[in-house]
Amino acid sequence: MGLDDQDRELLTEFVVESQEHLSDVENQLLTLESQGDAMDVSLVNTVFRAVHSIKGAAGFLGLDVLQGLAHREEEILNKLRNQELRPTSLVIDTLLKATDRLKGLLDDIDTSNEQDVSEHLAALERILSGELQDDLAGSATSDGEQPASVDEANDGLSNEALREFLVESYDNLEQLERDLMQLEGDPSSTELINGVFRSIHTIKGTAGFLGYGLLERLTHVSENLLGDVRSGKLPMSAEISSALLLAVDKIRELLQAIEASGTETECGSEDLAAALTRLHEILLPPEKASGTESAPSKKTSRKTASKSKKKPAAKASDKPATGGAQANDASSMPAAEQQVLHTPPQSNKTMEPSTTSATPTSPPASKSALNDVSAAESTIRVDVALLDKLMTGVGELVLARNQILQFANGNVESELHRTSQRLNLITSELQESVMKTRMQPIGNVWSKFPRLVRDLAGICGKEVRIEMEGKETELDKTIIEAIKDPLTHLVRNTVDHGIERPEVRVENGKQREGCLTLRAYHEGGQVNIEICDDGAGVNAERIKAKALEKGLMTQEQLAKLSDRDVGNLIFLPGFSTAEKVSNVSGRGVGMDVVKTNIEKIGGTVDLQSQQGVGTVIKIKIPLTLAIIPALIVTCDNYRYAIPQVNLLELLRLDGDQVDSNIEWIQSSPVYRLRGRLLPLVYLREQLKVDGESDSDALNIVVLRADDRQFGLVVDRINDSEEIVVKPLSSQLKNVPVYSGTTIMGDGQVALILDVMGLAQTSNVIADGGKGASQEYQERSQTGNRDQHSLLVAGVGDSHRFAVELEQVTRLEKIDASSIEIADNREVVQYRGEILSLVRLSDIMGVCSSRDPEDQLLDVIVYSEGEQTVGIVVDRIIDIVDQAIDITKHAQSHGRAVSAVIQGQVTDLIDLPAIMSQCV
Amino acid sequence: MVAATRQLCTFFLGEHTFGVDAHLVQEVIRYQEMTRVPLTPPSVSGLINLRGQIVTAIDMRKRLSYPERTDGKLPMNVVIRSEEGAVSLLVDAIGDVIEVSQDCFETPPDTLQGTTRELIGGAYKLKDRLLLVLNTKNALHEKIAE
Repeated sequence: MGLDDQDRELLTEFVVESQEHLSDVENQLLTLESQGDAMDVSLVNTVFRAVHSIKGAAGFLGLDVLQGLAHREEEILNKLRNQELRPTSLVIDTLLKATDRLKGLLDDIDTSNEQDVSEHLAALERILSGELQDDLAGSATSDGEQPASVDEANDGLSNEALREFLVESYDNLEQLERDLMQLEGDPSSTELINGVFRSIHTIKGTAGFLGYGLLERLTHVSENLLGDVRSGKLPMSAEISSALLLAVDKIRELLQAIEASGTETECGSEDLAAALTRLHEILLPPEKASGTESAPSKKTSRKTASKSKKKPAAKASDKPATGGAQANDASSMPAAEQQVLHTPPQSNKTMEPSTTSATPTSPPASKSALNDVSAAESTIRVDVALLDKLMTGVGELVLARNQILQFANGNVESELHRTSQRLNLITSELQESVMKTRMQPIGNVWSKFPRLVRDLAGICGKEVRIEMEGKETELDKTIIEAIKDPLTHLVRNTVDHGIERPEVRVENGKQREGCLTLRAYHEGGQVNIEICDDGAGVNAERIKAKALEKGLMTQEQLAKLSDRDVGNLIFLPGFSTAEKVSNVSGRGVGMDVVKTNIEKIGGTVDLQSQQGVGTVIKIKIPLTLAIIPALIVTCDNYRYAIPQVNLLELLRLDGDQVDSNIEWIQSSPVYRLRGRLLPLVYLREQLKVDGESDSDALNIVVLRADDRQFGLVVDRINDSEEIVVKPLSSQLKNVPVYSGTTIMGDGQVALILDVMGLAQTSNVIADGGKGASQEYQERSQTGNRDQHSLLVAGVGDSHRFAVELEQVTRLEKIDASSIEIADNREVVQYRGEILSLVRLSDIMGVCSSRDPEDQLLDVIVYSEGEQTVGIVVDRIIDIVDQAIDITKHAQSHGRAVSAVIQGQVTDLIDLPAIMSQCV
Repeated sequence: MVAATRQLCTFFLGEHTFGVDAHLVQEVIRYQEMTRVPLTPPSVSGLINLRGQIVTAIDMRKRLSYPERTDGKLPMNVVIRSEEGAVSLLVDAIGDVIEVSQDCFETPPDTLQGTTRELIGGAYKLKDRLLLVLNTKNALHEKIAE
């Protein structure tokens, strides 16, 4: 039997719906497995329900293979539900595999009936028969408790499941009502009848399963009636449809009662069900057919008139008959039914769109129904294309807003200015809301990982537990799509390479089960995603050897790398350390693809690993791609936008500083930024623009590209702004230094610079120098933990000391010959005052290693209130940003605590303590 | 099929009259301030903001290797629809939209060589002059490769 075209739409709908059902099932099954004997019965119910509705619909659509498989699965779930079966990993495994097969069948629905699922059926059958359930007997009676009955299960039914049921049922009812209306206009449409039947059947099934008896009875009767219509035993008539519409109203009432109080409230549904049954009995004999042909009740025509203006055909055919129909009806039906079918006043009320629905018979419903918008009304489905369009529209609005603002800022007092301020606020809010509509929780991507990890762990012979933090962190839809694959790859890699085999773990004193943690959180307009494991960590030596072997790096290059850099080597193209290529990972493609894909959307990826302890892969990505914050700079009178993601800091060198601070290595200009060489790139040169900047100051934008830092010299730094990214036209696509265009507040077009491209064309990336990047990495490594800027100074041959930079007032070089003695103490005249000097070497009891010939002393000037002291050190080493846990420590000689800074033990100096010593 | 006629939107470059299919022309606008795009071929004049749509302007004089404009007049934008969005052609002046018959069409002679050859699809022999048909596709694209 083929599926005719009419069913096409129905079928598509079924596939989509079923896929949605199944997407949750997987994780729910995994949860069940982890819960073991303490499994949550309501969760089993949820799974059961999903599978059940697939089975029902598949049967209806004639998809026998699908139905069969779903049926078997349902049976097992039923046993689980009744606690006749335990959710052992074997059971869950079989169920998961069957679920996969279901998915496969759905994906290829046209040939689903020809596919062979016997293997899965057999596996399920084996479990059903108890053949493989080794510990079944013991468990069934093990805990003396009674198996949970369906009713009990209902009590435990999670709010979410109930809500889902309600939303779904409201949807179904909506559809049902529409279909019924259309059916009146086109009584012969089998497609519509099928639709109606299916809707009501779904509600029936779920209601029955959830134990809502009233709902089930009413829907059952309705379904019976429809069944006969569908099979052609009964012609569709206005009478039937009006009766069904009444039933719809009643069902809705019941649902609202359930929504309000969690239980059904009898509100005449039993009477209606009885009436429907009788109507069915009356109509079924063939002689009645003539009487029902065109006999709409008053009620129906009223509804048709008020509810569906869009069906004039239906009205036209029904209307003329209305008057006489009543009499016709009356003769064919007992009076009692007439009453029930035609005059339940409360059902009229429920037709009203909002929530005034509550009937007098269900007082608990009325209170909350007034307060809450009903579940179905609070969410709608919207086409993504429409959202995109909305987004573009808002983008334009933002631009227009910017223009108006610029225009209005001219005269602050004007009405225009005030109006534009309001426009500003409204636009910002609108922009935010529209962005939100495109946001999706990252959990959507993560949800498939538990399964992935479970299966992979099985293949690799490992035990891995997955934990997720920040599932609800939201990201733009396009970004979610973009990170799906990279994330999957990283997770796969972690299981395959990161986490050790259980035996090895135990040997190393760890738990057998490895832990993979996914973490997501917002930070400064960006989203951070971390994939952490407590596995073996990266073996630096092995990676180095591999890099050497594959010719990716030379010996000298490797020698210069920090451990941290070594870890990040795995992102190089062509790198793979897997000793054997498994079908999981290790083909040497992948990590570099991961990196490129993440960078494509303006993100960064970084690996931190400690051998034996674990690995953290940290991904930073922007929230959205459409509107980004950017720094606007000027070069040759044209503006360029630099995405803030790449921006580290801004430097400005005035007049004479320029010549003294810019140094040259051959033909490459560099600047010493906190002791490290920052390569400088002149934007004018890169853009091949002639002429010189008119400003005598040098504006340097410190940028990061691929973990390298470089300074971009621009004519002027304007401002930062939110810009709407527009694509490059095909004429400009080949130029690597642009990534897009945007329209500025004044309507002019500005180019968005591609920092990566710029770094590549200016050879910043190819030069292999690691100095600048290392500093950046140290800064980023410490991330958002307790960070301190520290001034590192040296005393003696090897002693390193650090002071918090914010405590330092100035750094001075003081000529040793200017030191005078007062009150047995070394002092100098400093800025018109007397500055006491303290030699750090004396305080610390270290021998100074300073060259006595050197007349210039490095002095750290520290002020506290009125008091100022100069601390003489042998040398200033560096300024570093580092997270240090500074705890109040037993203080000796002004030394607060020691820490490892730049790989060396460094004492932190407590300046106030020194101050108090010498005053 | 009606006996072939074609509506061409005409414009002037130097002493020549050019035409593009009228249905390809989105609009004709006055000269606009534009943003220069460094590192692009000289014929790419810059980017203009056409009501929120960013349009690349191509200087047809440079494209056809004509001498630069000397009369000090500002060029006009003929905005053409293309597969990748709108592109503007900078021309000296705009003429009428005229309807020409296929009868008076001739492909360019072989003596016409080089870039011009790729850009000119043929000529309509009008009474007083030749109307050169611009091959817009080549006009917009070929230059990227250079």
